[in-house]
Formats: sequence, structure tokens, C-alpha cells
Amino acid sequence: MKNSTFCLLTAAVVIVVFALAMVAVTNDYFFFAGYVVLQYIVLATAWNILGGYTGYINFGTAGFFAIGAYASVVLHKLWGPPIPVLILVGGVLAGLVGLGMGVLTLRLRGVFFAIGTLALAIVVQTFVTNWDYVGGSRGVYIIRPATAPLLGTYIHYLFLVMLALAGFSIALARCIERSTLGFGLAAVRDDEQAAEAAGVPTLKLKLISTALSGALMGMAGAPLPYYVTYLDPTSGFNLAYAVNSIAMPLIGGMTSWVGPLLGAIFLGTIQQAATVTISSSLNLLLVGVLLVLFVVVAPHGLIGLWQPRRRSRVSS
Amino acid sequence: MSETLLQVRGLSKHFGGFIALDDISLDIKEGERIGLIGPNGSGKSTLVNCLSGALKHDSGSVRFDGNALDGMPAYQRTRLGLARSFQLPKPFRSLTVVQNLHVPLLFTAKHRAGAHLSTAQIDARCEELLHMVALDGKARVRPRDLTQIEMRKLELARAMAAAPKLLIADEAMAGLSHSEVDDILALLVKLNQSGVTVILIEHIMRAVMSFSDRLVCLVAGRKVADGTPREVVHNPDVERAYLGE
Repeated sequence: MKNSTFCLLTAAVVIVVFALAMVAVTNDYFFFAGYVVLQYIVLATAWNILGGYTGYINFGTAGFFAIGAYASVVLHKLWGPPIPVLILVGGVLAGLVGLGMGVLTLRLRGVFFAIGTLALAIVVQTFVTNWDYVGGSRGVYIIRPATAPLLGTYIHYLFLVMLALAGFSIALARCIERSTLGFGLAAVRDDEQAAEAAGVPTLKLKLISTALSGALMGMAGAPLPYYVTYLDPTSGFNLAYAVNSIAMPLIGGMTSWVGPLLGAIFLGTIQQAATVTISSSLNLLLVGVLLVLFVVVAPHGLIGLWQPRRRSRVSS
Repeated sequence: MSETLLQVRGLSKHFGGFIALDDISLDIKEGERIGLIGPNGSGKSTLVNCLSGALKHDSGSVRFDGNALDGMPAYQRTRLGLARSFQLPKPFRSLTVVQNLHVPLLFTAKHRAGAHLSTAQIDARCEELLHMVALDGKARVRPRDLTQIEMRKLELARAMAAAPKLLIADEAMAGLSHSEVDDILALLVKLNQSGVTVILIEHIMRAVMSFSDRLVCLVAGRKVADGTPREVVHNPDVERAYLGE
């Protein structure tokens, strides 16, 4: 399927899902829960661009996510622009931080890179905690407008925004996957020395990857203050974002855009259900159990369960 | 065919206190078949890594096809036409054999032809390369399902996909059987006849002797001999390095 066809199809799916949700779902709670799942689709897809395609494990998702969220807090206090503008600004800012992180840490490999990204998240968190303008450690209240543009109810609007963002990130991930860039990133992931010898400018590609991945995470975080209406560093920089955005591609499968999507829907939905039916602190325990289960039973994730059959069909 | 393609002057490289390459000078003409020999640890692979840009040399200069290579990253050297294969095959394991060839085609073609290749052109070129190394039937196979010699062939095909002027084959035959060595040799001769200058690094003397126009011998980081194969193997320094006093 051509990229343009896929993008149109994604847009169509976004519209259909939203229309169905508006017609079929009467309880607003489901929009709140759906927003979180969609947010994880964006985060998992973003993480996978660097982690799955390029082979660099990022533990700093929460940092990029919170950069987007706190950029929105600042803009909200200064001027209060509409959410699409917040998303744009949050994305650009987190993308630039991603680029900077790339320059500083991409000479590290493997576990050292992962530690570097975790350190970055902690540095940003410390900075925000001590920045009084955005509430410091007290946190900040965001009074969102009484009515949303287009739809009236604010949560419907936020749901639509996050749904569109999820569609956008999936389309972007798939375009990368099928492009020259995607081949280059796969080469970097498999063997950097061989990639250089094949003419791949590895440093440049890794920087593109960190910037894109960071930008998407920042975009996912930008609407957060309007969703939670009270934001403090502990919730904005919650380690759950980092853990989930790693676990979802791992459970779904890391080699294609389908993996993070399936993983985020699967794990995100289970977590939301567990929060309501059992206990909200059970979330991360579930992630842990599922990770262990998948590492043992399906090391290539949900898509790996289906791929061996496809491969044997090709070779037969 | 007498243009100098690669000019190395006073190349040195050390790792801490260990001198891996000591003041190496070397001229390679277009179309030559060079054999590079030397005992284990004599600096052959270090020389290859310095020439291809995987390592940065400490002093001296390297010129290739009219360009100074000093400090240039490896990928730019590949785009200029200096390709290498690795001693231990380094295939892109998550990609199929044909996708392994796509990578150099996609990343060097624009530089060479000044334009992107169309999908049809890429497919045609891949088919040609796979046919050249007799991996026709293996296009959709993953590297882990290849045999040792097929892996070596893939390594050479991937280096050739960058359409190099100079190919450095780093022990492309180590661990292969007698007939497999002949297979790879025939392939390298064919490449050379199509106009590619080849540097062959090899321990298998039978292969080096039959392939090379000229032999260069490194011992302990120094160039001790450079001449026709017959001259070099009878050079007393070379005999001493291989056979002892």
C-alpha cells in the first residue's frame, strides 16, 4: 500500500472511530479512559521509532512527555492558545531536546544510553520542580475553558485531538518504516559499523530518530494539563509513562508500526479496566506480569505470533 | 590504467602504548590486484579500518581518487567509491538478503548518479548483484539462514552494491573449503576485470599468490616488503616473520 493511501485510510479510521464513539458512547467516563489509551498509542509509537527501528532504548519518555505538558502550562499562563498550537510548540520543544540529547548521548551504546536518557528525565524534573512560575513542586491548576471549540464538551474535544495525534503518529511511523530512512535506521540497529560501510550516515540518522521520537512524545504531553486540570511534577514525570512506553512495543512487537499500536491498545485497555474494577495501584504490577509472560511465551510480541507463519509461507 | 587511485603517506596508528601501524606508505594504481599479507596481529585489519574510516589514524595522510580522506567519516568514503567487506561478516540481521543490498543502493546511489534510483532500477541492480554472487534463490532469506560461504558472498555483494572503485576484501575466505576459496577467488577476479581495484587481505597463501599482481607484507605494524608475489615471498624479512630465524 502506498504511503498516501495509508495516510488517507488512517484519517478515515480516525473519523469513523470518533463518529462511532460520539454515537455509541453515552458515558463520558469512556472518553476519559479512551484518551489515556490513545495517549499511550502516541507514546509507544514515538518510543518505537528510536527503540524499535533504531535500537536505542530510551528510559526518558516521561521527560519528553512532561516537556510538552509544561510547555503548555507556560503558554496557558502567558496567552492561552488553542490546543493544536500547544501541541505544535510542545512537539518542537521536545524535538529540540531530543536532538540535544542525541548529540550528548548517542556515542553511548546499549545500557549506557538508557541510563543517559533516564538521567535526562531526572534533570528536567528537577528543573521543573524548582521553577516557581509553573507551580514548582506544589503543582499548578489549569482552568480549562468552559466550552470546547467545535464540540462543546471538553473531553470530547480532547479525545478527538488525541485520536488525530495517534493517527498522525502511526502514519508517520509507517512512512518512516517504508522509506530510505527506515532502511537506514534498520541498518543502524543491526550493525553500525556495517551501516557506515554501506554509506549510511549513522550519526545523522540517529539524530533524526531521537528528534522525531522526542517530538511525538512532547506532542502527546501537550494537552495533558487540560486533561488533568491539576499538574505536578510527580504526575507529569511519572515513571509509569517510561515503563509503559517500553512495555507496549515489547508486548506488541518492535519491528513494525503495528506492534506499538496493538501493545498500547491491549495493555492500555487492561490497565484502565483494572483501575476501575480492581485497584489503581495494580497497573504497574499488571505490566510486570505481562512483560514476563511475553518475554517467555512470545519474545517477538503479538505480531511475532503471527509472523512465523508468514515467513514459512514465503520459504515454502 | 596507471593512475594512482589510493595514496597512503606515513600512516601511523597506536592504541595506547601499542604501535599498530608505523609509518606506512603505499601507492595503489587503478585496476591493480593487491594482496596484503602478514602474520596475525601485524596490523592488516587496522590498516583496513584506517583506510575505510572505521578508525581514525594518528598521523600521515590518505588520498583516494583525488580526495583527501583524513578525518572523513566512513560513510562518505563509501560514497566516494571505497568499499570494504568485513573479516567477520556483519549482515543486517533483521533484513532479508535483498534488503541488505537495498541499504547501500539507497544510500550511495544519489551521491553517484546525482539522482534517486527508481524501485525498478533498484530491483534490477539487486538481481544483477545476487546473480553475480550466485545467491539468486536466496533473495528473501534472512542472513541467519545462510551458510558460511553464502554469508561471505552477501558481504561482497553488499560492498559491491555501493559501486566502488576500490574494494577491500578483509579475509573474505577464512574458514572456507578448498573449492569455496576458488569460488570467491573467481568472483574477485571477475570484479577486477570489470574495472574494480581490489585489495585482498588473506592468510591462505595459495589464494593470495594466484590472485595478486603485487604483494604487500606487514610485520608488526611496518611494511617490510612490496613487490611481485615471487619477490615478496622470497624476501628474507618476510621469511623470518613467517618461519622464524
